[in-house]
Amino acid sequence: MKKTKAIICTAVLSTVMAGAALADSIKPGIVYDFGGRNDRSFNEAAYRGAEQFKARTGVKFRDFEIQNPSQREQALRNFARRGLNPIITVGFAQAGALEKVAKEFPDTQFTIIDTVVDLPNVRSVVFKEQDGSYLVGMLAEMASKTGKVGFVGGMDVPLIRKFACGYKQGVKAANPDAEVFMNMTGTTGAAWTDPVKGGELALSQFARGADVVYHAAGGTGIGVLQAAADQGKLGIGVDSNQNHLHPGHILTSMVKGVDAAVDKTMTDAMNGAWTPGVLVLGLEGDGVYWALDEFNKDLITPEMKAAVDQARADIISGKIKVHDYMTDNSCPL
Amino acid sequence: MTKQGQLPRWVDYGLLPALNLIAAFIVSGLVVVVIGEDPFEAVKWIVYGALGYGEGVGFTLFYATNFIFTGLAVAVAFHAGLFNIGGEGQAYVGGLGIALACLALDAYMPWYVTMIFAVLGGALFGAAWAFIPAWLQAKRGSHIVITTIMFNFIASSLMVYLLANLLIPQGSMQPSTRNFDVGGQLPLLRNMWPTLDLGQSPVNLAFFIALVACVVVWLLIWRTKLGFEIRSFGANPTAAQYAGISPVRIIVVTMLISGALAGLMGMNEVMGSQSKLLLDFTAGYGFVGIAVALMGRGHPIGIILASMLFGLLYQGGAELAFEIPTISREMIVVIQALVILFAGALEHMFRPAVESFFAKISQTKQAEGAA
Repeated sequence: MKKTKAIICTAVLSTVMAGAALADSIKPGIVYDFGGRNDRSFNEAAYRGAEQFKARTGVKFRDFEIQNPSQREQALRNFARRGLNPIITVGFAQAGALEKVAKEFPDTQFTIIDTVVDLPNVRSVVFKEQDGSYLVGMLAEMASKTGKVGFVGGMDVPLIRKFACGYKQGVKAANPDAEVFMNMTGTTGAAWTDPVKGGELALSQFARGADVVYHAAGGTGIGVLQAAADQGKLGIGVDSNQNHLHPGHILTSMVKGVDAAVDKTMTDAMNGAWTPGVLVLGLEGDGVYWALDEFNKDLITPEMKAAVDQARADIISGKIKVHDYMTDNSCPL
Repeated sequence: MTKQGQLPRWVDYGLLPALNLIAAFIVSGLVVVVIGEDPFEAVKWIVYGALGYGEGVGFTLFYATNFIFTGLAVAVAFHAGLFNIGGEGQAYVGGLGIALACLALDAYMPWYVTMIFAVLGGALFGAAWAFIPAWLQAKRGSHIVITTIMFNFIASSLMVYLLANLLIPQGSMQPSTRNFDVGGQLPLLRNMWPTLDLGQSPVNLAFFIALVACVVVWLLIWRTKLGFEIRSFGANPTAAQYAGISPVRIIVVTMLISGALAGLMGMNEVMGSQSKLLLDFTAGYGFVGIAVALMGRGHPIGIILASMLFGLLYQGGAELAFEIPTISREMIVVIQALVILFAGALEHMFRPAVESFFAKISQTKQAEGAA
């Protein structure tokens, strides 16, 4: 009796330990950019993806928030040296550092989000933000009663102009006579975390007649959405699904699947299915998409949905070409 | 020997900073205890990370190089009684001067030729950025603290405009210039002396440029007529003016020198480490320079030591965040801020007690001598 118990115990114990060994088989690491783990936006989406992975598999990950540009390289190297694998770097600003470190550690699987690093041990995940922005631009114009819509960007950098340019194209596609007001919050990193200024910019756009405002401004956008809700107008969220923030006042959100990309990268690495190369996440496979859920279903009429679904299919098939600001640093409109 | 109320130099320059530092570390330790970690473990990782192995030492020296430049900049202005808060902006714009020199010459010239033009460019641009606040202070009495702070913001906006619109390579995501060729890169110390074991650290020739700057500043302040005028003006502007020293000239010239020193910080970051001009490469080093200058008592030797300390905190702090994940980036900033608080703002906290202590000792000594 006692013996069987002991055997069962050992058996149970060994399975547990085998499970633990399996769970320890990969040691993922994440290096965030300046915004940091809790920026309520882009970096946080990566963190969320890693947390999802942890919740599902029980595999722990390590992460690091950089403080100055020199730490980018240092952080990657420290992680690689400690045998972490895969290592995910969040943000285009890390490309230079990754190029150097990835060459030093050819056996480590690196992944970078939002830009392309062309090395045999790097997976680059980029998003077609212009396509998603195009669709929410169409929705904005169709929902607008005044024919005037707004855009509030965060920091004035090419990436945000890419959002703006796609949005403008979508608006003009729905109504060539529409007016689009554009404002950038600022020119420094603080522009991502200034909800007060974001709210003021949105209010000024409302005062000029806009009744739908799209933000691509990280934490600043919280103020934009708040202003829209306070004024009884409509806001459009970005990066994460923000529809739930002000039900009935957020038309939709342009969701960028950063969390899904991180989760997928870690899962792939665990299953031995990680591959290098460029992973372009677009409308197809919902790498970017416009969010429709119980919080905004009353704002989207069947006609709007049909038109946007058609446009989505046309973009995927190549019938509609959305200009990407980053290809020539200019917007045709 | 010492007069009453005056401290022996080793107390002023050694003991007081040490006391401030110890107080800062005790409070930091308490903070670490509050979040449930072992403070001795934390200290161990900071010291090991900064000094325990070659690469850590390299990074410590690398950060120290930045602080020497910005610390010297603040110190020179201090000697004239000017509080230059604009080191951050001057360093940023100085970086532009350095980058332009590198971009223009890197394909045609070896690095040592480019370096001369980069030093000139950085100093010139940094000085130019300090000129307007200096002129406004000298001619219009606009307070230099306010104007230099304002100029930090203007520098930031200007650089974002230039980097996001003009200097960015086609199709690039990142608001930065292109990478400099070999002709635009300062040699890394790890390549100059491979036997030194500096790991992959970015410490480079700019470290020696910083040391040269220290010597130059020492000569300037204590061995030249101009330096004497600067110190006289700082000690008593009215008396200096009465003695025939032009306040306008001293304010403008001092600030130009200060701005030039801050502008040279880019030699380390832009030409030495990153090989390109990046958005926000100054990362607050200009502001830490104020604490470095205070702690170093405005003397180049003190500034070098204080820079080493802050370099140690920066590098050791990064190591700490790696090793103990619960100590986040913000915690490291808190520890650094406490050191700045005690070394700078609370500099006079221990001074009265120490002064009265040494006054008592010298009194007893005098009494003994009399007896």
